Amino acid sequence: MKNRVRFRIGVSNVFEGIVALFAFLISLPLLAVIYYVLKTGLSKINLSFFSNIPKPVGELGGGIANALIGSLYIVAVATVIAVPIGILCGIFLSENKKSKLAYWSRLAVDIMQGIPSIVIGIVVYFWLVKTRHTFSALSGSVALAIMMLPVIVKSTEETLKLIPNPIKEAGYALGLPYHKVIMRIVLPCGFSGILSGALLAVARVAGETAPLLFTAFGNPYISHNMLKPMQSLPLLIFNYATSPYDEWHDLAWGASTILLIWVLLLNVTTKLITKRWKVQL
Amino acid sequence: MESTVITSENFNAYFGPNHVVKNVNLTIPKNNIVAVMGPSGCGKTTFLRCINRMHELIPGATASGKLLLHEDDVYDLNPILVRLKIGMVFQRPNPFPNLSIYDNVIAGYKLNGVKLPKNKRDEVVESSLTKAALWNEVKDNLHKKGTFLSGGQQQRLCIARAVAMEPEVLLLDEPTSALDPISTASIEQLLFELKKNYTLVIVTHNMQQAGRVSDKTAFFYMGELIEYDATREMFTNPKDTRTQNYITGRFS
Repeated sequence: MKNRVRFRIGVSNVFEGIVALFAFLISLPLLAVIYYVLKTGLSKINLSFFSNIPKPVGELGGGIANALIGSLYIVAVATVIAVPIGILCGIFLSENKKSKLAYWSRLAVDIMQGIPSIVIGIVVYFWLVKTRHTFSALSGSVALAIMMLPVIVKSTEETLKLIPNPIKEAGYALGLPYHKVIMRIVLPCGFSGILSGALLAVARVAGETAPLLFTAFGNPYISHNMLKPMQSLPLLIFNYATSPYDEWHDLAWGASTILLIWVLLLNVTTKLITKRWKVQL
Repeated sequence: MESTVITSENFNAYFGPNHVVKNVNLTIPKNNIVAVMGPSGCGKTTFLRCINRMHELIPGATASGKLLLHEDDVYDLNPILVRLKIGMVFQRPNPFPNLSIYDNVIAGYKLNGVKLPKNKRDEVVESSLTKAALWNEVKDNLHKKGTFLSGGQQQRLCIARAVAMEPEVLLLDEPTSALDPISTASIEQLLFELKKNYTLVIVTHNMQQAGRVSDKTAFFYMGELIEYDATREMFTNPKDTRTQNYITGRFS
């Protein structure tokens, strides 16, 4: 009997150990990526790296200004497109849990989440690039916005679902119309959750290459025109890392570092926001 | 002769196919406290929520019959208007978690987009909190979040929020069922004060509470209004055997 109990406790301990081990192992790839990118990339970064555009092969001191500016533009416009649509859709899904439209639209969002980014890229290519006969930053933004939508919709829906019904009823009982209950009570209560969902969506698409390959296309110079091709960080990394030149490899490492820091910062900000601005329900 | 504020004539309410309030006829006189009591699931809360048209917010919920506020049928008025005239306090305290105590009290104005000058706002907040017997406890912390208050204080904050809109009628849906006896006593005390200015309808499944606070009591059972009379009369001399059984605790 005693042995039996000892055996059980033993098995239990081993199991706990295995679970903890894997929880630790999951962080290893991330640490390895961060370590390797920072180690190789940090030394390539200096002030001119941010202000210059890439130089031809053989010349020193090229930078990634065109890609950095391009990425900011493309992601910003994608955010402007995706956030309002995503939040409105999330509001609908959380408010109308059982309607038929909600069922289909929830299904659509789930499927959209699984569509490979390259497929979204090619669809946008046929919509916006072929019809206009030119690659454009805007088409890249549309492709990224489509990738952001499911993340924003889901996070909005999940956040708003947690807001207790009596709080909304308190609003109705004060004579508030539906849109005010949503805008003045539901959204402010779920603000931190919605914002962090939007930031995570930005972090997710910041490094997307595939949808940009045949939409934003890339551009060796700085461009401010959303209707013309534009460079972006992932495109630059993709093109330069696969080139045969060492100078270009250095640029790709530097750009990877910037992208990594960008995404890390967004994730940390998200965590801070959820902690600081969370409305205690 | 006291005037009538609410009249219900052949009023019915449904959840989909379920008939939950059956043919209710009653009148609620001004400046009275009317207690609605009955066992769980008897339709008392549903009836209350019909009075300010909160019932219809639940998908599939419908109502029929007449429910008059003075001479107007509330089902002919705009629900928003109805809810401004008939305030409500809920079973569990539900202050807006994103707003301060101050903003919670004037939420009805603020969220509706009614602009009040600062001194008028301060006045509304102070008088509402005073009416809700909360002013002295919170006057130094008006800009703290309402959710930091204790349960009883939160419920009084919700009463202040409803009172701030100067409604004619205040509906209270088991306002003390989530509170401890001391908070309950202070809320009951408060109801007597509020009676001077408002007409109160309170749902309770606690008979002692109905006996303590109300002028008239309505007893609901299985969706029907079994008996409606002055509280003293109802508790000392119930006409219907079902009322008798309920009051003597033979079922609950």
